[in-house]
Amino acid sequence: MPDSRLGKEVIASPLAIQGLTVSYDHRPVVHSVDFVTPPGSMSAIIGPNGAGKSTLLKAALGITRRLSGEVRVFGRPLVQETRHLAFVPQRSSVDWDFPARVIDVVGMGLYRDLRWWQFGSRQLRQRAMESLARVGMEGFADRQIGQLSGGQQQRVFLARALIQEADLTILDEPFAGVDAATEAAIIQVLKSLRDEGRTLLCVHHDLATVRDYFDHVLLMNVRRIAAGSVDEAFTEENLQATYGGRLSPVQLARLTESPSGRRQEEERRW
Amino acid sequence: MNEFMMFSLVPLTIAIIISMTCALLGNFLVLRRQSLIGDAISHVALPGIVVSFLITGTLASLAMMLGAGVAALVTVALIELVRRLGRVEGTAAMGVVFTSLFAVGVLLLEWHGASGVHLDVEHALYGNLESLIWFDGVSLASLFDPQALADLPPQLGRAAWVGLVVVAFVVVMRRPLVLASFDPDFAASMRTRPALVDLMLVTLVAVAAIAAFEAVGSIIVIAMFICPAAAARLMTNRLGVQIVWSQVFALLAAVGGYLLAGEAPRWLGFDTSLSAAGMIASLAGLILLAACLFGPCRARTGAAHQD
Repeated sequence: MPDSRLGKEVIASPLAIQGLTVSYDHRPVVHSVDFVTPPGSMSAIIGPNGAGKSTLLKAALGITRRLSGEVRVFGRPLVQETRHLAFVPQRSSVDWDFPARVIDVVGMGLYRDLRWWQFGSRQLRQRAMESLARVGMEGFADRQIGQLSGGQQQRVFLARALIQEADLTILDEPFAGVDAATEAAIIQVLKSLRDEGRTLLCVHHDLATVRDYFDHVLLMNVRRIAAGSVDEAFTEENLQATYGGRLSPVQLARLTESPSGRRQEEERRW
Repeated sequence: MNEFMMFSLVPLTIAIIISMTCALLGNFLVLRRQSLIGDAISHVALPGIVVSFLITGTLASLAMMLGAGVAALVTVALIELVRRLGRVEGTAAMGVVFTSLFAVGVLLLEWHGASGVHLDVEHALYGNLESLIWFDGVSLASLFDPQALADLPPQLGRAAWVGLVVVAFVVVMRRPLVLASFDPDFAASMRTRPALVDLMLVTLVAVAAIAAFEAVGSIIVIAMFICPAAAARLMTNRLGVQIVWSQVFALLAAVGGYLLAGEAPRWLGFDTSLSAAGMIASLAGLILLAACLFGPCRARTGAAHQD
């Protein structure tokens, strides 16, 4: 049962983080971060390199040990509720030489539902093929994973998360090292998930696309700097604080302008 | 035939079981790029056994197994310690730890060898496969004679048990094992306990190394773990098929190596025989070499390439 003392937002949220702290060698990498992921949102975690974004995600998922803090899924402790979450790790975190085909990797999303005496069935293969079709990779099912391009590998990882049918999908830099066409294809899939009422949480690096892709942001640099809707939190002031004043004024002005303002300016230029 | 039953049946069977068991686990060591851990663990079996002898004063197999097992766990802990404290790469830490412990084992062995107890260096290094004679194995009928069977060398039973446990582990845990080998972070997010799976794999590698130690000695075990599996990886891009190939190669190395060690010198006109363990390991190496030259899946894409 969810704790009755919890706030409504926490009970509704697929991932509510409170006071999360992680340290390596007595040095805090993530310090007391709070974030309540709004249900049905597409949220970005933003910050410079070494800001602890990936670590925050891994600690929230129970992959990395946390020093303190609470993680709740729909108001319940994480350990009971990991089925609600799907994780897409950084593409570079695995060895793509591993002897597996695309369909084998997608099937890994179902491993926890299979007992050891069960073998893969036609129905499971069908589900894996449907996931692959959603990311436009159904023609590659029997390809060895080492033969894929970076963008194709990323889409296979996404398909493995889709098959889990989770309420919240957590992605660690899904656009790292993929071309523009793949990026557009991936964002299309993510938006279709949101339209189904699911929640997405991404570590994201490209500040220029934040306004186009996401509706909520968490700005962090070891500590939480700001969080909220893009309009509220993705401001010049907060970005300066997050990046320690290393962004140029021109960069900032372009980023924090509302999309309509940018369009007007582009029209003016023409 | 009778000669074969008495002198060759048991060593050959043990060689086959151990070779195939080690190769089965070796598949996962190769995929995790942890080939060296098998080497490390099989080397520290020596100091483990010597220390257990110094403490208990017996060469009973249970005491030896325990000693080697404890040594394996100490090694894994020490490797982790050196890696963290010294901030060096995992393989470097492994190399430092197991060579030092092995050296300590050799010194201890020589020191108490001087005190007149029998536990000789040669057997520890090369094994004593040929000495596993089945005195009651006089004919085919002995296979059905309970009295004769009771006289089988105990190493055979131990090897069989270890083989069964390893096969059961790989069959039951195949999905968590694959997941933990390919993508440990994802495995942790699914709660399939990759850290526990890692520990079980290392423990079984230690158990298999100890069983192998009795038969083939500590130096050659690494070839048993790695060569068949590494050669199998070059034959296919599918894990299931790779495991089958590794078992075929392991069987080939064990049977071929054992027979060659006994027969090859005679063909060349010498009236001696070579070490079976040495020949098995050499043959495993030759199989790997052949796979490197002719295997169909030699092309490596390496790291993920960019679009």
